[in-house]
Amino acid sequence: MAPGDNAPTNEPSSGTGGEPVVRFATSPDQYKHWNLTIDGNVARLAMSVAEDATLKPGYELKLNSYDLGVDIELYDAIQRLRFEHPEVGCVVLCSDHPQVFCAGANIRMLGMSTHDHKVNFCKFTNETRNGIEDATEFSKQKYICAINGTAAGGGYELALATDYIMLIDDGASTVSLPELPLLAVLPGTGGLTRLVDKRKVRHDRSDVFCTATEGMRGQRAADWNLIDEIVPRSKFDDAVTERANEFAAMSDRPKDAIGISFTALNVSDDGDKLVYDHLKIEVDRGSNVVNFLIKGPCDLPPKDGPGVVEQGVNFWPLAIARELDAAIVHLRLNESQVGTWVFRTEGDNEVLEAYDKLLEGHQDHWLVREITLYLKRTLKRIDVSARSLIALVEPGSCFTGTLLELVLIADRSFMLDGQIEGSNISAPSVRLTNMNFGPYPMCNGLTRLETRLLGEPEKISEAKAAVGRDLEALDAEDAGLVTFAPDDIDWDDEVRLAIEERASFSPDGLTGLEANLRFAGPETMETKIFGRLSAWQNWIFQRPNAAGPEGALKLYGTGQRSEFDKKRV
Amino acid sequence: MSIDLNSRIPNNVNLADDRRLQRALESWQPSFIDWWKEMGPEGTLDHDVYLRTAVSVEAEGWANFGYVKMPDYRWGIFVAPPVEGRSIPFGEHKGQPVWQEVPGEYRASLRRLIVTQGDTEPASVEQQRLLGLTAPSLYDLRNLFQVNCEEGRHLWAMVYLLHAYFGRDGREEAEMMLQRHSGDVDKPRILGAFNEETADWLSYFMFTFFTDRDGKFQLSSLAESGFDPLARTCQFMLTEEAHHMFIGTTGVMRVVTRTCEVMNELKTDDPEKIREAGAIDLQTLQKYLNFHYSVSLDLFGQEVSTNAANYYTAGLKGRFEESKIDDDHVLKDGLSRVTMLEDGVIKDVEYNALLAVNERLRDDYVDDCQTGVTRWNKVIKRHKIDFELKLPHRGFHRAIGTFSDADISPDGQVISKEDWKKNIDNWLPSEEDRVFVISLQKACVQPGKIASWVAPPSRGIDGHPFDYEYVRFN
Repeated sequence: MAPGDNAPTNEPSSGTGGEPVVRFATSPDQYKHWNLTIDGNVARLAMSVAEDATLKPGYELKLNSYDLGVDIELYDAIQRLRFEHPEVGCVVLCSDHPQVFCAGANIRMLGMSTHDHKVNFCKFTNETRNGIEDATEFSKQKYICAINGTAAGGGYELALATDYIMLIDDGASTVSLPELPLLAVLPGTGGLTRLVDKRKVRHDRSDVFCTATEGMRGQRAADWNLIDEIVPRSKFDDAVTERANEFAAMSDRPKDAIGISFTALNVSDDGDKLVYDHLKIEVDRGSNVVNFLIKGPCDLPPKDGPGVVEQGVNFWPLAIARELDAAIVHLRLNESQVGTWVFRTEGDNEVLEAYDKLLEGHQDHWLVREITLYLKRTLKRIDVSARSLIALVEPGSCFTGTLLELVLIADRSFMLDGQIEGSNISAPSVRLTNMNFGPYPMCNGLTRLETRLLGEPEKISEAKAAVGRDLEALDAEDAGLVTFAPDDIDWDDEVRLAIEERASFSPDGLTGLEANLRFAGPETMETKIFGRLSAWQNWIFQRPNAAGPEGALKLYGTGQRSEFDKKRV
Repeated sequence: MSIDLNSRIPNNVNLADDRRLQRALESWQPSFIDWWKEMGPEGTLDHDVYLRTAVSVEAEGWANFGYVKMPDYRWGIFVAPPVEGRSIPFGEHKGQPVWQEVPGEYRASLRRLIVTQGDTEPASVEQQRLLGLTAPSLYDLRNLFQVNCEEGRHLWAMVYLLHAYFGRDGREEAEMMLQRHSGDVDKPRILGAFNEETADWLSYFMFTFFTDRDGKFQLSSLAESGFDPLARTCQFMLTEEAHHMFIGTTGVMRVVTRTCEVMNELKTDDPEKIREAGAIDLQTLQKYLNFHYSVSLDLFGQEVSTNAANYYTAGLKGRFEESKIDDDHVLKDGLSRVTMLEDGVIKDVEYNALLAVNERLRDDYVDDCQTGVTRWNKVIKRHKIDFELKLPHRGFHRAIGTFSDADISPDGQVISKEDWKKNIDNWLPSEEDRVFVISLQKACVQPGKIASWVAPPSRGIDGHPFDYEYVRFN
């Protein structure tokens, strides 16, 4: 099925060399692994993984372990809770398995996956966990976790992404991060970082915890701040309900508002071409390029929040966020051979600016806030994608405000200086809006403009002064918004050479280079998770001690013991 | 030291000179006594019970008989004598000298094995704490208490290992053994089967036959361990475990005997008439057998088990009578046939022998159970009655492992849910059966007297006759 398309007839070919195409579109009536129920202002999202409903054959999802398929449903549920359930102020993440909360990522699945699948899997799950934290902090939909049994590895990491962890105190249930002692890898979804940065567990205690296969239970887990509260078994359910109701009462979400429905996206998909309502994607395998064309809105936006609710999923900023989101996760996983993404837009700067003004001016409306947050997360997804990003500002484009962010994060951007000879379309311009100055921080906590202009802070205030003005190529270049501003004589060659050159470099080298250069400025928990942790994890995933034929990850489940190369690197 | 541990705790582990062990036991011992008073056999603190106490591991030392008040029982710490030059008998470290200390690499695994085993010992005492109120004879009452005390001693044996070899974590785990209680809503025992109350003496006999036999096999495989203190501890525990099996084997046999006697006296095979005469019909015995056998099979875990394979490779837990098995004792390349349920069909599937170690232990257990059942059938045959008790198929009534997904009849057919529901009362004790069996449970504790549903034993304890006053109620 294509993203948002339930018809199995137009199955596209895969760009990943025989790997089955993974589909990200789902909905609660199709969930195999989660039970979502809503009671008043509290939602209960219970893991109940179907052992045999795996993405690929060769493993069973025992003990509430997960693969990407389970996480795709989790992501869908989190998104829907934000948009379809404004009344929900607290979400309880829990398990319907009687003894196990969650055993983490399925080890056999990891053992048999290709390296790039593992990395993509970790990236997507990381983004989902970040989304949970984003919902708690900004959507005021607070996630708490009710651990009713074993929470091992990724299971505990899932708990760590919530804001409040309750552990059943039955003398047996534990939380643990056994990846290192059991598998010779690291907890891959932010576990280490959240332990010391978020929960501020002392590093020596964290060391003890992360090397204890069996983990920790009860009072000691509470004393070390691995969890927030222990509750006796007989009182557990009541305590969870009580806590959830308390947190829900503290939320500023409208307790009786009606949400909007996330209907399936319209998309046609022939394998090389994905066409959504506002986004067209063309995969050019010869040139190693995916061409994105974003179509701006035609009509002016509604006046206010209620008007936005009325348009629902058809409100352009929400629609484009959903389409971009769906396209990116699809391309990242299913088109890993195509290394360069080129962004173009088509539309009217004036109209775009009106939309940004609406978003900016109605942040106190729950849906407007949600949409802005969604755009923020989608832009972040692009930031951390392991693809070369190129933005082309051509005549007829609408890189204004929100869409200008794509230019600001691109590894290389080109803006045509003047018109194309013989064309009656006027020279392109870009326009800054207030949305470029705060609402869309990157994972380093800075805006894309601030990150770009780290060495020229005075240009930020100049840019601020230029909000709402059309900036043509040379002005944009001066302002530091674009890389190059070739005229129509040079344009074609400049663009072609940049793309061809990109295709000739080592994809690994480019991934490392781009990730190092894009995120200047301070470290945050997110940069550590994506940068430091992922880099280490991905290195370890490649090493023989984990992934070699005698490595721990490969031998796990065979009963055989791995022999480590003792050399410290 | 506030408690003179050395005189109270007979041992051959050099307790007198081991400060670490003394410190640990000093705080644990009083907690244990409190636990016994609270969770041990109900209303028995003042009874004088004719008990066997082990005071050393030599032949004359491990069975000293005399009247003891149970809270004063001298729970000792004994390990089998060391074997000079013993080497690790299996796994990756095969042939290396056995470990006298816990290898750091296996600390967590060993602790888990010991805690899981140890947790079952006090659990069964808790499960049986009310049984003393309905004993069918003084002889049986005494045997119950003997088993209870020895289960207590087995707890001591595991706690000794935790205290002596696992530092602070070990002390914490030892404490938890007394905090978890069978059937407790907040802190239940680790294994499900040990959270069910033993409601009647028939269940108790079945439990000691089937469930304690699981213990025998678990202990036997741990007695092979490369961690020598664990191996030696379990070897000594097995001598006592054999007595528990004896109670189960002879207990069920005495029930069968009594039933056959009644059938012959009344010349009937009508269950109703047999029940009216105060005996338990063979059909009901079969149902109890089915129940206890199937839940005990669950205790062995999954058919294909990574944990068991890891323990084996690490040299921590072997197979039953490892040294008598003719193979390389590493199993990296061997294959084993495992009966599995696949796509709704029961069939033999070949697995790497390492992954099938659990199933191998279950196979040995099944054979051992069959030996007992055969002995019971000889009794029936001797009474010239045409009936045979049978072990049900291993897939019958299972909650753990491959068969838990399907409904399987005692003769090994995969059947529909409807057929299962229709037959369940023919295969497992029905509510009515249980009510009947419980109705027979009345204390019969005058010396020489015995309840209507069970025959007296052929011999008493320690050379004494059946009508000896094995328990004195004070």
